[in-house]
Amino acid sequence: MTGHSLGAIIRIRMIAPIFAPTCEPDMAIDATNAAIGDKIRCDACPVMCYIRPGAAGACDRYANQDGQLVRVDPHIVLERTVSHGGRLVPFQATGDWDGKIVHQPDIFVTAIGAGTTYPDYKPAPFIVSSEVDGVDMVTVVTEGIFSYCGVKVKIDTDRYLGPEAATVRAQGEAVGHVTTSEYGSQMLSLGGVHHLTGGSKKEGRVTCDTLMDLSNCKPVELVIDGGATVVVQAGHPPIVNGATEERMRVGCGSATIGMFAKQWHGKVDEVVVVDDHITGVLSEHQAGKLLDIADTGIKMKGRRSTPGRYFQVAKPGTGWGGTNISDPLSILGPFDVREARPGLTMLMVSTTGEHAGYYVLDDALRPIEKEMPPDLKLSVERIQENCEPALCTVLFMAGAGGSLRAGVTDNPVRLTRSVKDALTRVTSGGAPVYVWPGGGITFMVDVTQMPAGAFGYVPTPALVAPIEFTLKLADYAALGGHMDHVRPLSTLRENAEIRSAPATPGRRG
Amino acid sequence: MRRTPQIAFLADGRRLHLQDGPIDLVVEASGKGADVRSAYDAAARRFTGLLDGLCAELAELRKAADPLHCCLNGVVARRMHAAVAPFAADCFITPMAAVAGSVAEEIMVAMQGAAQLRRAYVNNGGDIALHLEGSERFRVGLMDRPDRQGVMRTMTIDADDPSRGIATSGRHGRSFSLGIADAVTVLAGTASQADAAATIIANAVDLPGHPAVIRCPANSLQPDSDLGPRLVTRDVGGLTRDEISMALATGEAVARKLLAAGLIDGAALCLFGETVFVGMRRLQARHERLLELA
Repeated sequence: MTGHSLGAIIRIRMIAPIFAPTCEPDMAIDATNAAIGDKIRCDACPVMCYIRPGAAGACDRYANQDGQLVRVDPHIVLERTVSHGGRLVPFQATGDWDGKIVHQPDIFVTAIGAGTTYPDYKPAPFIVSSEVDGVDMVTVVTEGIFSYCGVKVKIDTDRYLGPEAATVRAQGEAVGHVTTSEYGSQMLSLGGVHHLTGGSKKEGRVTCDTLMDLSNCKPVELVIDGGATVVVQAGHPPIVNGATEERMRVGCGSATIGMFAKQWHGKVDEVVVVDDHITGVLSEHQAGKLLDIADTGIKMKGRRSTPGRYFQVAKPGTGWGGTNISDPLSILGPFDVREARPGLTMLMVSTTGEHAGYYVLDDALRPIEKEMPPDLKLSVERIQENCEPALCTVLFMAGAGGSLRAGVTDNPVRLTRSVKDALTRVTSGGAPVYVWPGGGITFMVDVTQMPAGAFGYVPTPALVAPIEFTLKLADYAALGGHMDHVRPLSTLRENAEIRSAPATPGRRG
Repeated sequence: MRRTPQIAFLADGRRLHLQDGPIDLVVEASGKGADVRSAYDAAARRFTGLLDGLCAELAELRKAADPLHCCLNGVVARRMHAAVAPFAADCFITPMAAVAGSVAEEIMVAMQGAAQLRRAYVNNGGDIALHLEGSERFRVGLMDRPDRQGVMRTMTIDADDPSRGIATSGRHGRSFSLGIADAVTVLAGTASQADAAATIIANAVDLPGHPAVIRCPANSLQPDSDLGPRLVTRDVGGLTRDEISMALATGEAVARKLLAAGLIDGAALCLFGETVFVGMRRLQARHERLLELA
């Protein structure tokens, strides 16, 4: 099997009728039994059983119920209990969808458990039409098998997790790499076809397990070459080298100086905000200058960028402000005797307020740690308060290949165009997705927005993820949809297992 | 591109479930972790497309087997034919009689070729291919009625035994039986041999012409059955003790013949709670009613 989406699997059981064309009335005269008039021929598998009314085929999975082929496997219909206008606003905010899609149907058909026969040459297993605000809607649901898939992980921490492009390992196997960091967050790119199928068997299996666990919101321990060990779980704080990260920094050290300079003015002579990226120094910073804060004779290590802003005061690490230090005084040189004076006070604080110390220069101009005055404690707490809770975010990313799209329409590229033109809405397990511009249908979805256990895998290895396409019936016809397979939602609902949507999981802030 | 069968672990995370059309396999292997994984990978790979291969020759497979000549091409199809060929001269039998066991065996062969395993089974709806090494053993539960709960008794198969296949046939299973046996379980060298032999012995447990036995043409139930218009058993009414013994004796005679010919290692024939054992010394030794599930 190669990297295209390949079909899907059936995972949950119930009774749901499948669409009519798979059960063509038997027209041929059977040589051995001509009396059979109402048997049907099942083409769910190549055995192509003839099935009499009330009987099942050789598989016991498909049966003839009053002339209709029924499947004895279940399908989940997600009943959305969230109120209208909730969180499911589509990314495509233009065109016919505007103002309509926001009003979600009360029932959303997910692809979870939809399974499929073989999307390469058969329509997707469920093509459901439902009436939404007077618009006849079609949802094509299927489960895609994605070899081309992975997760993008955002870890809210300033702590150094490892050098850019370093290999990320799970159970000793390479499963991805560290990618460019984002504001207040470290980013990992995991999975992808290279690790899934391009390496050793074990690498592929471990990658698949890692992706599935992360996508199903389970915790996964990742070890970064030359860096930290981090436990990642979607929607939970990261655990870096055994310590749970609590806050995401309010800003870089320089920005923190700018934000709090006024609150420190008159309460302390010098403030250093320790940050692996840009360490800020109040007396030298533009914000301090504007408040006429006097020079203090402080000497910073590292490389000065602009006044009061220093790069590389220490090495990256998991200590103060994402540096490797535990003693903040180690980033200071001796105070300049011409400007410093005994009794000068100094606050040192990290960008999250997690670390802080108060110092007073002794007669030899050495900083000595003292009990922090209450008003400065308050300012440290204010920094903490302004830091958002640190979380791990996991976005599943995959591309719907031509064969999966062929399960939706005779002309796969039209589906792509329809998605691009915002006529077709793509969802994954009912959750909104971001579809990348450019070729193909490459999408990203926040896994915490998806129902529990939405992801599965096949030993290829590849991940199985639900994907749904929703569009107007007329548009579906226009793009070459399998119109003869469309069935009203009510027929599905009568037979499907109705599940309540999970109580608004996921994203915060 | 090939169709993709359902390949997933069962809820216990140990047993692999492979399903495609009518084929439904539960597979478990033990050995080193990497070996088990390789074996499962091999099983999944071999399973993909297997049904298509069989269906390509389905028409031929549904015809009465020629005892000497095999015109089938697929390795599974040829194994099916080889399993039924010893019986084809004496009675009507199609290679389909051994399909379940042959498929189980094929998946087992694929796993054995991919990894060093201590112990493994491929269970295709009661037709089971086994792998045993060293001091490993299987405890197998026998059920006289597959439609009821409870294990009638258990038997042990260890690595020194020649049997690597178990199959059960009878009128309660998914396929039709020409006989009236509730269940005939057979141990044989391979799963395909066991499958074919179980069919033959179960067909032989019979009371031809008995009014309490209700039969109807196979193709009136399943239009494309390989048995065509042959009468298959639908229901069995009340039988006397003597009638039960008589039916079992006919089956037993066939089983003894197969045992003598080396086609089976043992058989258990069940009808209305009566059981006859052939060549199963290990099992006969304990007659107490075991209800534990192995």
